[in-house]
Amino acid sequence: MLSKKQLFTRGMLDISPHMLSVIPFGIICGAIGVELGFNPYLVYAMSFIIFGGASQIVFLQLLSGGASSLVAVASVGIINSRHLLYGAVLSEYLEKLSFIKKLLISYVVVDQGFSESNKFFKKNRSEEYLHYHLIGTGCTMWVCWQIATLSGIILGSFVPEELGLKFAIPLTFIAIVVQDLKKIDHLIVMITCGLSSLLFFDAPFKSYIIISPVIALFVAALLLRLKK
Amino acid sequence: MTLVSIIFAGILTYFTRMTMIALISRDRLGDRIKAVLEYVPSAVFPAIIFPGIFINDYGAFIEMNDPKIFGALVAVIVGYFSKNIIATILAGLISYWFLIFVVFS
Repeated sequence: MLSKKQLFTRGMLDISPHMLSVIPFGIICGAIGVELGFNPYLVYAMSFIIFGGASQIVFLQLLSGGASSLVAVASVGIINSRHLLYGAVLSEYLEKLSFIKKLLISYVVVDQGFSESNKFFKKNRSEEYLHYHLIGTGCTMWVCWQIATLSGIILGSFVPEELGLKFAIPLTFIAIVVQDLKKIDHLIVMITCGLSSLLFFDAPFKSYIIISPVIALFVAALLLRLKK
Repeated sequence: MTLVSIIFAGILTYFTRMTMIALISRDRLGDRIKAVLEYVPSAVFPAIIFPGIFINDYGAFIEMNDPKIFGALVAVIVGYFSKNIIATILAGLISYWFLIFVVFS
């Protein structure tokens, strides 16, 4: 049985490789906000209040492009609605926690943290303090995101744009799903999602980011039925 | 004004994180739904990966000879065999840089 501290550290270690792409992306996010002419304090407030990578950039781009606040807020909600799916998966492992602890831990659920903690949870179901792994991944992400966006706000885009470091974001997610490519059912689900995201890319409010997972999960349900 | 909308966006985002963890009882999800949830990573992350590769900053499709496609393929191959996150990201970035700075420059 691992201690709380060991699980927390394990979570930190499991998510830390992703910081290779998260930190440059955070710097770019902070720098873009200031470049678009927003108050630096407000740009930073987003990292604390929204704490949601790409949704923060979209929010600022929409507002600076003249969209109404309503449209910008709705887009953030839709982009981040994928967390509902993460929550549904994680709830199995967090059931025993008190309501207050569930409320607190929810704030740090992020894409990479969900994926790394979910992988760990599946292999270590019997651990008593499992949630400390999720706290470890989430807090690591939180601290790195605050520091990265803050440095982008203060120092500007000191990451040269020519390097195209935004490309590191799809790469980090390739690293997450690549081992499931060998499972034919997962491969079909991934291709469905990917192609749908390109097909629906122009759908309003960036809704492709939730439409395509819903279509892909529907295909997954069909595959499960065929398997039986 | 903007601060108010940031707060609204933050509350909305927090609810997307919290709802399924704190408000919905796991028992209310049937076995079939639980089985489908196994596919969540495979069903969500390609929606971040594909547009990140195939669509440029201006919302248009890239050319089929774009260096990003090559970089992504290298990342998939290296990631598959190395099972290492850092190796995957670096392989993708370095092969991408090799094309834009050495081959196409």
